[in-house]
Amino acid sequence: MPSPLTLSQKVWNSHIVREHADEPSLIYIDLHLVHEVTSPQAFSGLRERGLKVRRPDLTVATTDHSIPTSDRSLPILDPIAAKQVDQLAINCDEFGVPCFGVHSEDQGIVHVIGPELGLTQPGMTVVCGDSHTATHGAFGALAFGIGTSEVQNVLATQTLLQRPSRTFKVQVDGTLKAGVSAKDIILALCAKVGIGGGTGCVFEYTGSAIRALDMEGRMTVSNMSIEAGARAGMVAPDDTTFQYLHGRRHAPKGAAWDAAVARWKQLPTDDGAIFDHELSIDANTLEPMITWGTNPGMGVSISGAVPDPRSIADALQRDAITKALEYMGLEAGKPILGRPVNVVFIGSCTNSRITDLRAAAAILKGRKVNPNVRVMVVPGSQDVKRQAIAEGLPEIFRAAGCDYREPGCSMCIAMNGDQLQPGEYSVSTSNRNFEGRQGKGGRTFLASPQTAAATALSGVVSDVRSIL
Amino acid sequence: MQPFIAFESAVVPIPRNNIDTDQIIPARFLKTTSKLGLADNLFCEWRLDPDFILNTPRGKGKQILLAGDNFGCGSSREHAPWALTQFGFRAVISTSFADIFKENSLKNSLIPIVVSPEVHAKLFTLPEDAVIKVDLATQSITLPDGESVEFPVPAFSKSCLLEGVDELGWILNKEPAIAAFEASHPAAINTLA
Repeated sequence: MPSPLTLSQKVWNSHIVREHADEPSLIYIDLHLVHEVTSPQAFSGLRERGLKVRRPDLTVATTDHSIPTSDRSLPILDPIAAKQVDQLAINCDEFGVPCFGVHSEDQGIVHVIGPELGLTQPGMTVVCGDSHTATHGAFGALAFGIGTSEVQNVLATQTLLQRPSRTFKVQVDGTLKAGVSAKDIILALCAKVGIGGGTGCVFEYTGSAIRALDMEGRMTVSNMSIEAGARAGMVAPDDTTFQYLHGRRHAPKGAAWDAAVARWKQLPTDDGAIFDHELSIDANTLEPMITWGTNPGMGVSISGAVPDPRSIADALQRDAITKALEYMGLEAGKPILGRPVNVVFIGSCTNSRITDLRAAAAILKGRKVNPNVRVMVVPGSQDVKRQAIAEGLPEIFRAAGCDYREPGCSMCIAMNGDQLQPGEYSVSTSNRNFEGRQGKGGRTFLASPQTAAATALSGVVSDVRSIL
Repeated sequence: MQPFIAFESAVVPIPRNNIDTDQIIPARFLKTTSKLGLADNLFCEWRLDPDFILNTPRGKGKQILLAGDNFGCGSSREHAPWALTQFGFRAVISTSFADIFKENSLKNSLIPIVVSPEVHAKLFTLPEDAVIKVDLATQSITLPDGESVEFPVPAFSKSCLLEGVDELGWILNKEPAIAAFEASHPAAINTLA
């Protein structure tokens, strides 16, 4: 009898093009997502060597990082960003790669559009020059971020040289309480293992609390695998996955659909498969989470306190906490609840899907945001934007006093002019709170859309459960 | 790619854990379409402090960066190793590296050297002018007191670096295997459709 395998091992094994001792495996890539920031040097490399894109039919590009989220009928004012966006269109045109550019009806954050177009499917290998490619693991795909040299390798050969990762099971059982969401699960994991805790591993999220999440929630969890160091994070496909995919533009149709579902049902980890690492999180006792520091592992329950570096023995760790508190302008041992903020950002590949917008709108409906807070709501894609309009969400956001914008990465990475000013505080639904990530000198508290919406209303870091 | 040759240099210590790629090269410098011109903005926020080591004589002209645990975490931007190598670094020593940064570095002749916490601590105590030898062929660094410490490097990456072979050329030679895989695995999607 063959030995039991995990989900990630099954996907890995079915994509080996070549395996040889002392060499990394040559792995076939089923879907290559491309954006304007990490691809220009790769296309230049192809041009210099006279190479073509091997499989433009397995490649799709969009523009998300550098584009403004203001009125799209206007030209891009930043000449460097404009050139980068233009270059993507030129490259895709020259190499025959389909591109959802600034004015496309399918434009959006690369990790939002792949799933919504039905391109991301269970059992696939998915790569992109972007560390949040882990998002697609929510479908049971092996999906991970790559550098620009690897983007070039995949464009030219549709393969990558890779070494297998260790397996790491994250078991989340129980029922999330009202006001607690997928974002809190992943922030809790980051806080538990730290920003390097999953290095060299693929997470597999399992347990009743993961099964109970919708696909958007699973994407939120998988998305931030990299913030705990894991290059990929996966969820075994199930009926929730199949229902999400059925009828989407690139999902299989008719008899091919039935065959695909039968194949996908073979993917879940076999009974008795052994993981290299395991960890569990109790969903029943989970509280809304928030970060206080300068990496996503520096998080606590919303009712918790900022740690005190004096209680840490290791010198570098103590120093890291001291530096983080200094940068964040926070005092050791004090609560985070009640800290005034200047900005609330609802968006990013972590939390810009329709369910995220609905969750925020449910809290903001009929209320007004605090006049001292600038609240930005940025849908993840044109499709999310259309759904939101159909549900009347933009009116709710605007009536509450939010700035409702055009789809893109926006202030998550602050490349496009959407940014914090030095010293400003933000509660953000994005994925990174590194120094300067959301603008030079900006200070980020990462949290869920619900926590962000509650904070928008009060103007201070708030526990959404108090207004439910 | 130039073949990697052993070298000697004093180290530039940055005693911080979890140095992320947003610190190495902030995102606003990623709007470029070139690989070049990144050295001036390496650690640009920290360089606003005149006492930051890269602004001092100790930080100039050295080829080895010594950093805390989990160096290069965060984004997949290859601009991070591009900025480090353009500044002059050829090796980074730490107790651990983030996965994507490590892969990106090996493709750009920047050697991620993992050492034990004990060796790591010792390196931070070395005098400013102490010179370390980095030899990829023997996978070892040699400290001023003669202590030699081995470090791991994937065998394939090592031979590519020593021979100056780039991965893409190697993969292109495996075209028949790729074509055979494609013939037996019909694609699930067609993005052109």
